[in-house]
Amino acid sequence: QHPVGEVTRKHMAVRNILPCYIFGGRIKVLSRNPDDYVRETKLDIQRVPRNYDPSLHPFEVPREYTRALNATKLERVFAKPFLASLDGHRDGVNCMAKHPKSLSTMLSGSCDGEVVWNLTKRECVRTLQAHEGFVRGMVVRFCGTSFFTVGDDKTIKQWKMETPSYGEEEEPLNTILGKSVFTSIDHHQKEGVFVTCGQQVDIWDEQRSSPIRSFSWGVDSFSCVRFNPVETELLASCASDRSIVLYDMREATPLKKVIMNMRSNTLCWNPMEAYNFTCSNEDYNLYTYDMRYLDKPFTVHMDHVSAVLDVDYSPTGKEFVSASFDKTIRIFPKDSGHSREVYHTKRMQHVISIKWSSDNKYILSASDEMNIRLWKANAAEKLGLLAPREKAAVNYSQKLKEKFQHHPQIRRISRHRHLPKSIYGQSKELRVMKEARRRKERNVRKHSKPGSMPVVTEKEKHVVTVVN
Amino acid sequence: MFNSIPQKSDPFPGSAPVPEEKLNKFKRGVKGELPPRPQYKLRDVVIRSEAASDLAQKQNARYDLMLPEDAGFLEGDEDEDTCTISQDDIVDAVDITAGAKYFSLTLSQFGPYRLDYSKTGRHLLLGGRRGHVTCLDWQSKQLMCEMNVMETVNDVKWLHSEALFAVAQKKWLYIYDNKGIELHCIRKFNDVLRMQFLPYHFLLATASATGFLQYLDVSVGKEVVAICTKAGRLDVMAHNPHNAIIHLGHSNGTVTLWTPNQREPLVKMLCHQGGVRSVAVDKTGTYMVTSGMDKKLKVYDIRAYRPLQSYFLPAGASCLSLSQRGLLSAATGDIVQVYRDVWGIPVTKPYMAHRAKGSVWGVHFCPFEDVLGVGHGEGFTSMVVPGAGEPNFDGLDANPYRSAKQRQEWEVKALLEKIQPELIGLDPSQLSQVDHSTWEQRHVDRVQVLGFDPLAKEKFTPRLKTKGRSSSGKVEKRKKQVAHEDQRDVIRQTVEDRMKIDKERKEKEKKKAAAAGQKSALDRFRK
Repeated sequence: QHPVGEVTRKHMAVRNILPCYIFGGRIKVLSRNPDDYVRETKLDIQRVPRNYDPSLHPFEVPREYTRALNATKLERVFAKPFLASLDGHRDGVNCMAKHPKSLSTMLSGSCDGEVVWNLTKRECVRTLQAHEGFVRGMVVRFCGTSFFTVGDDKTIKQWKMETPSYGEEEEPLNTILGKSVFTSIDHHQKEGVFVTCGQQVDIWDEQRSSPIRSFSWGVDSFSCVRFNPVETELLASCASDRSIVLYDMREATPLKKVIMNMRSNTLCWNPMEAYNFTCSNEDYNLYTYDMRYLDKPFTVHMDHVSAVLDVDYSPTGKEFVSASFDKTIRIFPKDSGHSREVYHTKRMQHVISIKWSSDNKYILSASDEMNIRLWKANAAEKLGLLAPREKAAVNYSQKLKEKFQHHPQIRRISRHRHLPKSIYGQSKELRVMKEARRRKERNVRKHSKPGSMPVVTEKEKHVVTVVN
Repeated sequence: MFNSIPQKSDPFPGSAPVPEEKLNKFKRGVKGELPPRPQYKLRDVVIRSEAASDLAQKQNARYDLMLPEDAGFLEGDEDEDTCTISQDDIVDAVDITAGAKYFSLTLSQFGPYRLDYSKTGRHLLLGGRRGHVTCLDWQSKQLMCEMNVMETVNDVKWLHSEALFAVAQKKWLYIYDNKGIELHCIRKFNDVLRMQFLPYHFLLATASATGFLQYLDVSVGKEVVAICTKAGRLDVMAHNPHNAIIHLGHSNGTVTLWTPNQREPLVKMLCHQGGVRSVAVDKTGTYMVTSGMDKKLKVYDIRAYRPLQSYFLPAGASCLSLSQRGLLSAATGDIVQVYRDVWGIPVTKPYMAHRAKGSVWGVHFCPFEDVLGVGHGEGFTSMVVPGAGEPNFDGLDANPYRSAKQRQEWEVKALLEKIQPELIGLDPSQLSQVDHSTWEQRHVDRVQVLGFDPLAKEKFTPRLKTKGRSSSGKVEKRKKQVAHEDQRDVIRQTVEDRMKIDKERKEKEKKKAAAAGQKSALDRFRK
């Protein structure tokens, strides 16, 4: 130990007497010029010098956590997804079609007549009486100048996209009479070819009035047919024998078929990944398949409490939205087994058709009670042009929420959704039933000879067989 | 027609290298190993996030080279001691504005003075023992308020900005506006001797003469917790700016560390053989300096709880203060000494020294300035200590040159980011770490939350059967069957485990034998 203070006392006594020029070293004292730190005029912006030294910014992690918590709470505060309801139909809306070139135009077909909507003004632009009976399917041609509709009166009609001028009557460009009712229609992405399904899958050329090729595989009816948007020669259809059939347009016979436990209502190809498609099934689930490996689905998406009626992918290919008989719409990430968002309204009844707009921002749902509703795809997003600082703040909040998403308090707040009582009760009941089934299966396996009851994973459970 | 001009090649291609110590200054955490190869997506995510944090570290280090100001320094010639230099010498040698920072306020009537500088370093609060309380902007000498509270003043402290301050008076705690208007008289906080303000939590921690450590949330005005420390009179208090832990020094030589989440101290350290007179913690939360009645000055590494240095001071040190750049000021009687770098190589003599006019009652370094404020019996002295203050402040955190609008914006953002007291702990970055709690701990937590053990086997109750099949004998038989089944399960499991262990052992022995057997070709000739 060093007696440190002792030296100073002696020197202090001496110092007071002697003059001050004894000091010969160097000295600098911190003195700032305020002109460097204060703005010159009122019209300038304030000067903000930065120093990123971590010791000047303690508590980095707790402060970021608090900001993430605030951001999550604010997201729930601003989550108001419902935008508008388009009414005008006089019967339940059955199908919808997106315009490939115009974001503000949308077509919908109801159980009598069709309508063309302008979405920016949220009003109906044109009505035409298309079919006697239900309009089963509609699709806009890839160039955007005409569209096709099929209906219960066994006809396929092609119409012009532009409104007929004053005095002209609404007349289809082309009418094709078929032998049986058509249930769905889809158009090729590049060529003048379209496909319909009903009793069998027919591929038509626009110039001919009889199909150039027909596929059938011993099934009595098909409910949906879709062209692959990337690999444009492939198509898939949902059949009433609980199967999904894959076709190649260039071949004479269908490619493969996968038979599941229950029937699929519709399917949608992933616009970014050429080989994946998602089908909406009657057993309250959606299944994403890889076209090359149909023996078990890639993912099983479970969250609905009643039959899923329609599915549509976002143009980014990362999420899809599903419409169900249980009066809700759910948005799923493409690889997750559960939904990230659920939309419901007291006034919205069974949702028949759903579309995700091509600018990735809006969702359109068509339901039984003659209304089409416009929703935001991200419920808490601010629409319109954002200032650069707003954009930076939104990006920062988003990243913070991602960083702390696994912390229990934050997860609890971000997952919280209000559900109608019927759906909440129904989902609890389904969970109890599933748990009971699982427990019974475990007991049977426990009390039987080991190996006599093989473990079947959840994914394998729903596929019966793949037929080539 | 045009010949291509031969281009000179750049002898130092690429961007300039950043010095290693600057990179280490901005390093946060260690890089763990990547997840194993089959988990491609996780590997990709980890690699990308590590690349982003590397980029941030490099950009920070580059920016650090461009900071506008440099720290002050005082260097003597080879045979000259810097501690012989007086304040008047320094004032003569530097410019007028720096020289104006050495001044004295003669206030001999109202007793020894305690002082506090606000977080930006712009405003000074003085509290005399006999009741004189004044706050002023010390650089422009503009008086904000001056009053006498007509009571003993034990301690004064600025709250989050220069708009509010707290005064611990004889009986209760009072909160005043910077114009001198009394805003609150908080009777729950009685006999307060010392106060510390935790700026990022908006908590005022007070230590009382009755042994209570109380926390007051000044943003909502509620008492967070009142801890009975059971350690007698608490008049030595410091706070660790890195993790917001309160250090209390006691008369039995121990220093205890407290958070508002626990009724017991987190850590108890025996530091001195007599009572502890003063405690100071540096801004990075690595070193703690304590002085005691045994006339020793000790330096501890507070992260590992190890003693680093121990010095002997002939008169002890009654007040300690650490500056932003690591200078330590120790005051005894009327002499104030400043030491540089006490935790490195053992210090032999002080860096600077000064004799105040009266006995020293409080010392405090001014943030972002090369100034040490000394409160003593005859008033207040502000002395110049070159190299004490951090030269470059961050405009978004504590800006001494902020306008009223900037202060308002900062206050709102600080209130929104206010950290809850539940997050105060020894390691502030605990939230960002992976929770490796053991399975047993999680199970115990779950049992506690649910009220029962979800994994415990339910007692088998046989179903009631009709037609005489539920007689007591038959019920007992059914129960015995299930019990035998369970026993067989357990036996089967243990037999399987034992067989697995035996198999592994046999394989190991076989491998060893095979390896030993390959030793040499001449082994076959051995008998």
